[in-house]
Amino acid sequence: MTSIGTGYDLANSIFSPDGRNFQVEYAVKAVENGGTSVGIRCKDGVVLAVEKVITSKLLKPGANKRIATVDRHLGVVYSGMVPDGTHFVDRARDEARAWRETFKTPISTSDLASRMGGYLQAYTLYQSVRPFGITAIVGGFDSELEAPVDGEVGSGPSVGAGGKVEGKKHGGPGLYMIEPSGMYWGYYGAATGKGRQAAKAELEKLNLAEGTLDLKQAVKEAARIIYVAQQDNKDKEFELEMSWISGADGPTKGRHQEVPKDLLEEAERLAKKALSEDDDEEEEEKGDDKMEE
Amino acid sequence: MDHRPQAWGRPRDDVYGAYDASYMQTNGPNQHTQSPVVTGTSVVAIKFKDGVVMAADNLASYGSLARFTDVKRIRTFADTSIVGFGGDVSDMQYLDRHLTELSIDEAYQQTAHTLNARSLHKYLSKLLYHRRSKFDPLWNHLLVAGLDEEGKPFLAAADLLGTTFSSPSLATGFGSMLAQPIMRRYVPDEESVANLTRDKAVEVVRECMKVLFYRDARSLDSYSLAVVTKDGIELSENEKLEKQSWAFADRIKGYGTQTV
Repeated sequence: MTSIGTGYDLANSIFSPDGRNFQVEYAVKAVENGGTSVGIRCKDGVVLAVEKVITSKLLKPGANKRIATVDRHLGVVYSGMVPDGTHFVDRARDEARAWRETFKTPISTSDLASRMGGYLQAYTLYQSVRPFGITAIVGGFDSELEAPVDGEVGSGPSVGAGGKVEGKKHGGPGLYMIEPSGMYWGYYGAATGKGRQAAKAELEKLNLAEGTLDLKQAVKEAARIIYVAQQDNKDKEFELEMSWISGADGPTKGRHQEVPKDLLEEAERLAKKALSEDDDEEEEEKGDDKMEE
Repeated sequence: MDHRPQAWGRPRDDVYGAYDASYMQTNGPNQHTQSPVVTGTSVVAIKFKDGVVMAADNLASYGSLARFTDVKRIRTFADTSIVGFGGDVSDMQYLDRHLTELSIDEAYQQTAHTLNARSLHKYLSKLLYHRRSKFDPLWNHLLVAGLDEEGKPFLAAADLLGTTFSSPSLATGFGSMLAQPIMRRYVPDEESVANLTRDKAVEVVRECMKVLFYRDARSLDSYSLAVVTKDGIELSENEKLEKQSWAFADRIKGYGTQTV
């Protein structure tokens, strides 16, 4: 790396002469070593999935969750340094709580992404801190219905527009990815961590922008993508962890929840099956090559 | 008689003479909500074999003025428990927001909620007692209903002093005098709860709401009714009193504009 020995990588708040912040770039390296995380935004909700690498056989299966609930309707998954992720989640919960305290209404997914993007960005500015070694995927479903104000008593005037614009659509699924630099974008499908390249390639094939994929399909696709992304790293054992968020009329009733066990197992079974079919095809192709020889 | 809220709970002037205000300090202690302002009246609830039925009318009074007529005083918690609020409405609002926060914190753990109705009641009673000990009470009388840790129907009350009480049927405010005797006819003890069906329990509660509307001048004919069982909560917030009969009113004498 060109930066070695130049001294521009020793601290945040010092640019290199060509305008880079090396500390941030090293943080991205930390993320690239983490287990793969995937988020899919589909027509009726959001699915989050993570490849949880088993670091010790002494850990209890299913314990030490990596996907966190921030507010009823918000979930976060991240790749990279787990303690940094834990702090990210703590901060996100504080932001969501403070928002409710101030506005008496749930924070929207985009507002939470904005707050957290700002928070991460601040960790790229000062000598005394290092950037977050995580890339986080924030998923949420903002209520499309007329939601009551927290602690509301009564229902207000029964006549008049009440400041509402007729026909305007509110809420829906939201998915954002926040990088160590503090940069965040909204996505149809997001992937980060070790297997992100393979995962992104698979996500692109889903044509998520068309809005045809539904939640149950998205759960199965997310499981498959985690398994595909894990292919290059086969020797490491891992657990698949998945959560989902639907609208008020969907399976989770607007809440961020773990994917139920039976659906998770079904998705894992299909993912393994899809992988083994791919392997068979490859072997067949190899066989054909031999025949020609 | 003096009906102003300031006079509530104070010795009556016509009986004891006017209070000698010279004893009062002009620079007294900080008085927070030491008297309620906008208030809700009775909450009634009764256990039946599979759960609990609760009702409270939709009125929030400002003194004797029927100020707000669409205030829902039964709140749900975590889709498993309900809380009925009598007393100050702003304190109810505070408690409701506090419970919302609590239920969000509980959902951080991916496993199902750990707070059942009994733990919720314990929590609220400790909170109320804490606040009364700070001389800043939350001016409410609560009924908490749901299922306990064994899945049995649970019903208990907590008041602004932190006093707790449990019984197969409970009522706050005027209801404790007017509705409790009716409900006790059906569930005098815990054993009789097993014999009360849901339909009968709902019928009894509706009857109580009617009696309360007849007799309690701070009540309303539109009310909320909640049934909580192991299958969840059914809350309907716009019930109307049906088949009212005011025939008895003719026979009442002794107050009002009558002179004979």
